[in-house]
Amino acid sequence: MSQAAPDQTFETIADIIAETANVDRAKITPEAHVINDLGIDSLDFLDIVFEIDKRFGIKVPVEAWTEQVNSGKAPAEQFFVMGPLAERIEELVAAKQA
Amino acid sequence: MRLEYFEMIDRVTSREEARLVAEARVPEASPVFEGHFPGFPLLPGVLMVETMAQACGWLMLARSGFTRMALLAKVGEAKMRGMVKPGAILTVTAELIHDGSGYAVLKGILADGNTRVAEAELTLRTMTFPSPDLEQAVRTRAAAIGLAA
Repeated sequence: MSQAAPDQTFETIADIIAETANVDRAKITPEAHVINDLGIDSLDFLDIVFEIDKRFGIKVPVEAWTEQVNSGKAPAEQFFVMGPLAERIEELVAAKQA
Repeated sequence: MRLEYFEMIDRVTSREEARLVAEARVPEASPVFEGHFPGFPLLPGVLMVETMAQACGWLMLARSGFTRMALLAKVGEAKMRGMVKPGAILTVTAELIHDGSGYAVLKGILADGNTRVAEAELTLRTMTFPSPDLEQAVRTRAAAIGLAA
């Protein structure tokens, strides 16, 4: 797929989360933490990542992200807050197209 | 099949990059059949799902070079289309739909002869082995069912 505008990427991910995990769409803001604020558990997160992988034609590196967070190399907010998450997805899409 | 030991796959008959086919022979007798059901023995539907999940797990294990184990995380779109009786020789097919980071989604199909008796979309978590002993045990079992480690 062609690279989406940042706002469109956020909207697409928010729609996926709302539909997949039955989360109130109004709660899904750029500042929302997917686990702490939206209550997404690990199994729902797998479903969400599967949908993101399919929709954007990428492979979200969840294991590498988790490793970076667990080792203290990156803050969790870099990957698991909606705004930064949309930016990471855009980067992955751009990297695939490069 | 050794139902009491959850050894559902007897023999892998073919493996490709994203597909594995195996044989599973339902035993003629098992304590499972004493309860399911008295006088009318049938392979329980949950064990049909387990059989498909194990075939999917073996495919993912082989794809990783037996460095990562697979655990069943989700059963979706499961359909039990037919009854499976003792003595049936089942063909189990695992087809990879998507290989993600730390998870995989696969289609499992169970057939008795030319009749499809069950199918499901299965999500597996994939992870490194928690112990060398378990990794060795899995490799030994893989060799026993004809899956080259």
